[in-house]
Amino acid sequence: MSQSYNRGLIEDFGRWREFEAGMWAWIFHKFTGWVLIGYLFTHIAVLSTGIPAAGASEAAIAAGNDVYTQTIVSLEGLLLVRILEVGLLAVAVFHMLNGTRLLLVDLGIGLDAQDKSFYASLILTGAITVASVPTFIAGAF
Amino acid sequence: MAERYSSFQSGGRMWLLQRVTAVFLLVVLAFHFFLLHFVHHADEVSFLASSARMEQLSYYSLMILFLVTATFHGVNGVYNALVNQGLTGTKRTVIKWTLVAASVVLIAQGIRTANAWAGIGLY
Repeated sequence: MSQSYNRGLIEDFGRWREFEAGMWAWIFHKFTGWVLIGYLFTHIAVLSTGIPAAGASEAAIAAGNDVYTQTIVSLEGLLLVRILEVGLLAVAVFHMLNGTRLLLVDLGIGLDAQDKSFYASLILTGAITVASVPTFIAGAF
Repeated sequence: MAERYSSFQSGGRMWLLQRVTAVFLLVVLAFHFFLLHFVHHADEVSFLASSARMEQLSYYSLMILFLVTATFHGVNGVYNALVNQGLTGTKRTVIKWTLVAASVVLIAQGIRTANAWAGIGLY
Protein backbone atom coordinates (compact mmCIF):
# COMPACT_ATOMS: atom_id res chain seq x y z
CA MET A 1 0.00 0.00 0.00
CA SER A 2 1.32 3.38 -0.87
CA GLN A 3 0.60 6.30 1.36
CA SER A 4 0.84 9.97 0.53
CA TYR A 5 1.06 13.03 2.70
CA ASN A 6 -0.69 16.20 1.65
CA ARG A 7 1.56 19.06 2.66
CA GLY A 8 -0.06 21.45 0.21
CA LEU A 9 1.38 22.79 -3.01
CA ILE A 10 5.16 23.22 -2.81
CA GLU A 11 5.05 25.40 -5.94
CA ASP A 12 3.19 27.96 -3.83
CA PHE A 13 6.40 29.71 -2.76
CA GLY A 14 4.43 32.22 -0.68
CA ARG A 15 4.17 29.48 1.95
CA TRP A 16 7.96 29.39 2.41
CA ARG A 17 7.76 30.02 6.16
CA GLU A 18 5.94 26.69 6.57
CA PHE A 19 8.44 24.71 4.48
CA GLU A 20 10.22 21.76 6.06
CA ALA A 21 13.79 20.54 5.36
CA GLY A 22 12.72 18.24 2.52
CA MET A 23 10.81 21.05 0.80
CA TRP A 24 13.85 23.37 1.00
CA ALA A 25 15.96 20.53 -0.42
CA TRP A 26 13.49 20.26 -3.32
CA ILE A 27 13.61 24.03 -3.99
CA PHE A 28 17.43 24.21 -3.75
CA HIS A 29 17.75 21.21 -6.07
CA LYS A 30 15.50 22.88 -8.67
CA PHE A 31 17.30 26.24 -8.32
CA THR A 32 20.79 24.72 -8.64
CA GLY A 33 19.55 22.59 -11.56
CA TRP A 34 18.32 25.71 -13.43
CA VAL A 35 21.69 27.42 -12.81
CA LEU A 36 23.65 24.37 -14.03
CA ILE A 37 21.71 23.89 -17.28
CA GLY A 38 21.93 27.66 -17.90
CA TYR A 39 25.68 27.42 -17.35
CA LEU A 40 26.01 24.41 -19.69
CA PHE A 41 24.49 26.42 -22.57
CA THR A 42 26.72 29.42 -21.72
CA HIS A 43 29.80 27.20 -21.37
CA ILE A 44 29.40 25.60 -24.80
CA ALA A 45 28.59 28.99 -26.38
CA VAL A 46 31.75 30.57 -24.93
CA LEU A 47 33.96 27.55 -25.74
CA SER A 48 32.71 27.46 -29.32
CA THR A 49 33.88 31.07 -29.87
CA GLY A 50 37.37 29.52 -29.64
CA ILE A 51 36.82 27.23 -32.66
CA PRO A 52 38.87 29.53 -35.00
CA ALA A 53 41.90 28.70 -32.79
CA ALA A 54 42.03 25.35 -34.60
CA GLY A 55 43.07 27.24 -37.73
CA ALA A 56 45.85 29.21 -36.03
CA SER A 57 49.50 28.54 -36.82
CA GLU A 58 51.48 26.08 -34.69
CA ALA A 59 53.69 28.93 -33.51
CA ALA A 60 50.69 31.02 -32.39
CA ILE A 61 49.19 28.02 -30.55
CA ALA A 62 52.52 27.21 -28.88
CA ALA A 63 52.87 30.84 -27.76
CA GLY A 64 49.26 30.94 -26.52
CA ASN A 65 48.37 33.66 -29.04
CA ASP A 66 45.31 31.83 -30.37
CA VAL A 67 41.79 33.20 -29.81
CA TYR A 68 40.80 30.46 -27.33
CA THR A 69 43.77 30.85 -25.00
CA GLN A 70 43.45 34.63 -25.15
CA THR A 71 39.73 34.43 -24.26
CA ILE A 72 40.47 32.19 -21.26
CA VAL A 73 43.33 34.43 -20.09
CA SER A 74 41.19 37.58 -20.28
CA LEU A 75 38.16 35.94 -18.60
CA GLU A 76 40.26 34.42 -15.82
CA GLY A 77 41.89 37.82 -15.25
CA LEU A 78 38.55 39.21 -14.07
CA LEU A 79 37.90 38.87 -10.33
CA LEU A 80 34.15 38.72 -11.03
CA VAL A 81 34.65 35.59 -13.18
CA ARG A 82 36.65 33.95 -10.38
CA ILE A 83 33.90 34.75 -7.86
CA LEU A 84 31.24 33.40 -10.24
CA GLU A 85 33.32 30.21 -10.62
CA VAL A 86 33.29 29.74 -6.84
CA GLY A 87 29.51 30.24 -6.97
CA LEU A 88 29.25 27.66 -9.76
CA LEU A 89 31.27 25.20 -7.68
CA ALA A 90 28.95 25.72 -4.70
CA VAL A 91 25.88 25.19 -6.89
CA ALA A 92 27.36 22.07 -8.52
CA VAL A 93 28.55 20.54 -5.23
CA PHE A 94 25.15 21.05 -3.58
CA HIS A 95 23.34 19.58 -6.61
CA MET A 96 25.68 16.56 -6.57
CA LEU A 97 25.43 15.93 -2.81
CA ASN A 98 21.68 16.46 -2.65
CA GLY A 99 21.33 14.41 -5.83
CA THR A 100 23.17 11.53 -4.14
CA ARG A 101 20.76 11.95 -1.22
CA LEU A 102 17.80 11.76 -3.63
CA LEU A 103 19.18 8.64 -5.34
CA LEU A 104 19.58 6.95 -1.95
CA VAL A 105 16.09 8.00 -0.81
CA ASP A 106 14.67 6.63 -4.08
CA LEU A 107 16.36 3.33 -3.22
CA GLY A 108 14.75 3.50 0.23
CA ILE A 109 18.05 4.24 2.00
CA GLY A 110 18.15 6.91 4.70
CA LEU A 111 14.47 7.77 4.49
CA ASP A 112 14.21 8.39 8.24
CA ALA A 113 17.21 10.72 8.18
CA GLN A 114 16.33 12.64 4.99
CA ASP A 115 16.22 15.95 6.88
CA LYS A 116 19.60 15.31 8.52
CA SER A 117 21.16 14.31 5.17
CA PHE A 118 19.87 17.59 3.69
CA TYR A 119 21.59 19.57 6.46
CA ALA A 120 24.73 17.45 5.93
CA SER A 121 24.62 18.30 2.18
CA LEU A 122 24.44 22.01 3.05
CA ILE A 123 27.30 21.88 5.56
CA LEU A 124 29.52 19.78 3.27
CA THR A 125 28.79 22.14 0.33
CA GLY A 126 29.84 25.09 2.50
CA ALA A 127 33.02 23.32 3.66
CA ILE A 128 34.09 22.21 0.16
CA THR A 129 33.35 25.67 -1.29
CA VAL A 130 35.31 27.53 1.42
CA ALA A 131 38.23 25.06 1.14
CA SER A 132 38.31 25.61 -2.66
CA VAL A 133 38.38 29.42 -2.56
CA PRO A 134 42.22 29.72 -2.45
CA THR A 135 42.57 27.43 -5.51
CA PHE A 136 39.89 29.29 -7.46
CA ILE A 137 41.18 32.77 -6.63
CA ALA A 138 44.92 31.96 -7.09
CA GLY A 139 46.59 34.32 -9.57
CA ALA A 140 43.58 36.65 -9.83
CA PHE A 141 45.39 39.54 -8.10
CA MET B 1 5.35 -2.78 1.16
CA ALA B 2 7.76 0.08 0.78
CA GLU B 3 6.25 3.52 0.45
CA ARG B 4 7.35 5.84 -2.32
CA TYR B 5 8.36 9.41 -1.59
CA SER B 6 9.86 10.35 -4.97
CA SER B 7 8.37 13.35 -6.76
CA PHE B 8 8.78 11.49 -10.06
CA GLN B 9 6.57 8.75 -11.40
CA SER B 10 8.34 5.45 -11.00
CA GLY B 11 8.66 2.81 -13.65
CA GLY B 12 9.05 5.25 -16.53
CA ARG B 13 11.95 5.11 -18.93
CA MET B 14 12.68 8.83 -18.49
CA TRP B 15 12.62 8.42 -14.70
CA LEU B 16 15.26 5.69 -14.94
CA LEU B 17 17.36 7.60 -17.50
CA GLN B 18 17.36 10.70 -15.26
CA ARG B 19 18.85 8.57 -12.46
CA VAL B 20 21.31 6.62 -14.61
CA THR B 21 22.64 9.88 -16.07
CA ALA B 22 22.78 11.33 -12.52
CA VAL B 23 25.11 8.55 -11.37
CA PHE B 24 27.35 9.01 -14.44
CA LEU B 25 27.39 12.81 -14.06
CA LEU B 26 28.29 12.60 -10.36
CA VAL B 27 31.57 10.94 -11.31
CA VAL B 28 32.36 12.83 -14.54
CA LEU B 29 31.41 16.30 -13.27
CA ALA B 30 33.63 15.78 -10.20
CA PHE B 31 36.45 14.64 -12.53
CA HIS B 32 35.90 17.66 -14.84
CA PHE B 33 36.04 20.16 -11.94
CA PHE B 34 39.01 18.43 -10.37
CA LEU B 35 41.03 18.24 -13.59
CA LEU B 36 40.38 21.80 -14.76
CA HIS B 37 40.51 23.65 -11.46
CA PHE B 38 42.75 21.64 -9.15
CA VAL B 39 45.13 19.54 -11.30
CA HIS B 40 45.38 22.39 -13.84
CA HIS B 41 44.26 25.84 -12.72
CA ALA B 42 41.57 27.40 -14.91
CA ASP B 43 43.86 30.32 -15.82
CA GLU B 44 46.47 27.86 -17.14
CA VAL B 45 44.03 26.35 -19.63
CA SER B 46 45.27 26.76 -23.21
CA PHE B 47 44.30 25.54 -26.66
CA LEU B 48 47.56 23.58 -26.80
CA ALA B 49 46.87 21.62 -23.58
CA SER B 50 43.12 21.21 -24.23
CA SER B 51 43.90 19.95 -27.72
CA ALA B 52 46.41 17.42 -26.40
CA ARG B 53 43.73 16.01 -24.07
CA MET B 54 40.98 16.05 -26.70
CA GLU B 55 43.18 14.22 -29.25
CA GLN B 56 43.02 11.13 -27.03
CA LEU B 57 40.05 9.01 -28.05
CA SER B 58 39.26 8.05 -24.43
CA TYR B 59 39.08 11.72 -23.31
CA TYR B 60 37.19 12.83 -26.46
CA SER B 61 34.55 10.10 -26.09
CA LEU B 62 34.20 10.78 -22.36
CA MET B 63 33.60 14.49 -23.07
CA ILE B 64 31.04 13.73 -25.80
CA LEU B 65 29.22 11.34 -23.45
CA PHE B 66 29.46 14.01 -20.73
CA LEU B 67 27.88 16.58 -23.09
CA VAL B 68 25.05 14.26 -24.15
CA THR B 69 24.21 13.02 -20.63
CA ALA B 70 24.45 16.52 -19.07
CA THR B 71 22.20 17.95 -21.80
CA PHE B 72 19.64 15.16 -21.34
CA HIS B 73 19.73 15.36 -17.52
CA GLY B 74 19.50 19.17 -17.48
CA VAL B 75 16.86 19.61 -20.14
CA ASN B 76 14.75 16.69 -18.86
CA GLY B 77 15.07 18.24 -15.38
CA VAL B 78 13.79 21.58 -16.68
CA TYR B 79 10.90 19.79 -18.43
CA ASN B 80 10.02 17.89 -15.23
CA ALA B 81 10.16 21.12 -13.22
CA LEU B 82 7.79 22.84 -15.67
CA VAL B 83 5.40 19.86 -15.62
CA ASN B 84 5.47 20.00 -11.80
CA GLN B 85 4.55 23.68 -12.05
CA GLY B 86 1.42 22.60 -13.91
CA LEU B 87 2.41 22.80 -17.59
CA THR B 88 -0.20 20.98 -19.71
CA GLY B 89 -1.77 20.71 -23.16
CA THR B 90 -0.47 22.52 -26.23
CA LYS B 91 1.94 24.63 -24.16
CA ARG B 92 3.49 21.44 -22.82
CA THR B 93 3.95 20.02 -26.34
CA VAL B 94 5.42 23.28 -27.68
CA ILE B 95 7.85 23.60 -24.76
CA LYS B 96 8.81 19.92 -25.01
CA TRP B 97 9.83 20.23 -28.67
CA THR B 98 11.52 23.59 -28.09
CA LEU B 99 13.64 21.91 -25.40
CA VAL B 100 14.40 19.00 -27.75
CA ALA B 101 15.49 21.48 -30.47
CA ALA B 102 17.65 23.43 -27.97
CA SER B 103 19.28 20.15 -26.89
CA VAL B 104 20.09 19.20 -30.48
CA VAL B 105 21.68 22.63 -31.11
CA LEU B 106 23.68 22.42 -27.86
CA ILE B 107 24.97 18.91 -28.62
CA ALA B 108 25.82 19.82 -32.23
CA GLN B 109 27.70 22.95 -31.14
CA GLY B 110 29.50 20.97 -28.41
CA ILE B 111 30.59 18.29 -30.90
CA ARG B 112 31.81 20.99 -33.36
CA THR B 113 33.90 22.48 -30.55
CA ALA B 114 35.29 19.11 -29.44
CA ASN B 115 36.14 18.25 -33.06
CA ALA B 116 38.05 21.51 -33.53
CA TRP B 117 40.09 20.75 -30.39
CA ALA B 118 40.63 17.10 -31.36
CA GLY B 119 41.93 18.01 -34.82
CA ILE B 120 38.96 16.31 -36.50
CA GLY B 121 38.27 18.16 -39.75
CA LEU B 122 34.49 18.12 -39.28
CA TYR B 123 33.67 21.42 -37.51
